[in-house]
Amino acid sequence: MTADLFFQYLFAGITYGIMYAIVAIGFNIIYNTTGIINFAQGEFVMLGGMIAISLLHFVPLPLAVAGGVVITMLVGALIEILFIRWLDNPSVLRMIIITIGLSILIREAALHIWGESIRSLPYFYGNEITTITLGPVRISPQVLWVLGVCGIVVLLLSVFFKVTPLGREMRACAANRRAAILCGINARNMVTFSFMLSAGIGALAGCVMSPITYTQYDSGTPLAIKGFTVAILGGLGNSMGAVAAGILLGIIEAYSISFVPLAFQDAISITILLIILFVRPHGLFGSGEAARLKEF
Amino acid sequence: MLRIRNMEAGYGNLRVLKNISLHVDGGEIVTMIGANGAGKTTLLHTIIGLVRPTRGEVLFLGQDCRRLEARRIVAAGCALVPEGRQVFATMSVEENLILGGHVLQQREGRAAVLRELGHQYELFPVLRERRQQLAGTLSGGEQQMLAMGRALMSRPRLVMMDEPSTGLAPLVVRDIFRVVVRLREEGNTVLLVEQNARAALGIADRGYVLETGRVILQGPAGDLLANRDVQRAYLGREKIA
Ligand SMILES: Nc1ncnc2c1ncn2[C@@H]1O[C@H](COP(=O)(O)OP(=O)(O)OP(=O)(O)O)[C@@H](O)[C@H]1O
Ligand SMILES: [Mg+2]
Repeated sequence: MTADLFFQYLFAGITYGIMYAIVAIGFNIIYNTTGIINFAQGEFVMLGGMIAISLLHFVPLPLAVAGGVVITMLVGALIEILFIRWLDNPSVLRMIIITIGLSILIREAALHIWGESIRSLPYFYGNEITTITLGPVRISPQVLWVLGVCGIVVLLLSVFFKVTPLGREMRACAANRRAAILCGINARNMVTFSFMLSAGIGALAGCVMSPITYTQYDSGTPLAIKGFTVAILGGLGNSMGAVAAGILLGIIEAYSISFVPLAFQDAISITILLIILFVRPHGLFGSGEAARLKEF
Repeated sequence: MLRIRNMEAGYGNLRVLKNISLHVDGGEIVTMIGANGAGKTTLLHTIIGLVRPTRGEVLFLGQDCRRLEARRIVAAGCALVPEGRQVFATMSVEENLILGGHVLQQREGRAAVLRELGHQYELFPVLRERRQQLAGTLSGGEQQMLAMGRALMSRPRLVMMDEPSTGLAPLVVRDIFRVVVRLREEGNTVLLVEQNARAALGIADRGYVLETGRVILQGPAGDLLANRDVQRAYLGREKIA
């Protein structure tokens, strides 16, 4: 492998890795407030992209992206209110089955609305052939958009959960729902907020990655699988861990092209997922101590 | 303060509490003693709205609590230190306390929460030393103090405590009961559920004895301590110790 190719792969790996990380962070937010894994997370990413693409017929790009994010957040809230909120003390397994059902539902709805065609948002800056030279590599400016937006999201989120009262209350609901209620916290609303937040972040990721990865009614599912792998790998609930794990998985996938056939690329993340679940269920970067304190 | 009349409550078809009547007046420590499974926790959960009564009435500060959500009852000034502490294990001591001040923050704002935080640190100096430690890594006694501090952060009119002495060394139990007494001196009202009958009756003004979901005895704490049935059923073992 030439040095040039080496760096190309490296950058491709990091870009995809960051996208996986954002999906994983969506998982983490809902997991952190409810203890459930929302398997419809990938659909939020797809919805964000699709809605923005549709809105682009009427409004300029920034507004279309904003619209995609806001509408997906509303969808997230609606889903929580319709399907999750009224459940009285549901088991974790039941919640997981419900979210898998929801992901199928959203995908089918998207198929009806947008059909099977593959769409994408235009490049935020320049077009497909615009490149920026960064040392030995030439990359598309969209890659910088992905890195920048995702970096900011991660930063803002960790600040949100650490310092703001709302973030603290959401974490309290995750740590001990009944105790949170005994503190006078409206636990049901916290769950709605967490669905809105992770839907919004998923949608934003769906918009910035759309020019690179394209968007189709079923493009959420593979993302959800990778995002879930990354969430587990980084330690469930740990956003910084998710970023590191995402980049790791992205790079492994990128270089694996030289060693295994492309068709097997998806198998890599599943394999890693299984190994991690057996060997280190609290993830590579999750601390065993914090994991032991969790109820899940 | 709290008045319960002919109340019944349970889970599904299981009737746990039968025809309960009791009252707690402002400024007193009332203790409820009873064996495992008597229904003590169920009673506290019914008062705070986690379990719904099927009959009778529950009045807190003259307000009917039967249809109120638990968080509204908490906001109205009734706090529960739950059985088994239930601290937010993955969060720091200080975060636990600030969360306890949630309703105070809504009522009086952030400054009031910070003032109350100082007050709790003064009441429980260990918590101040460990303010940045994860609550789940505290010792049992420290977790109990944190659970109490967290409940008190809302500056409640009535504090209910569910078996705060369980699993703690005698010295720590003494500390905790001393705090309960101090709470009364500061004008608080306490409903203390305990299996440690001697210690609880020792500090309480009045007591109730709960057996299989019924109040079988009640009266001034001193009278209950002197009562032969109570001595046989609840104080016997401790006398040897
Ligand atoms: N969530 C529940 N669902 C069904 N039954 C319950 C539930 N919680 C408690 N019970 C039953 O109600 C009865 C009273 O339980 P409760 O926890 O109120 O007793 P307790 O006096 O607090 O006992 P302990 O001293 O062991 O804490 C028990 O028979 C128990 O099995
Ligand atoms: Mg109990």
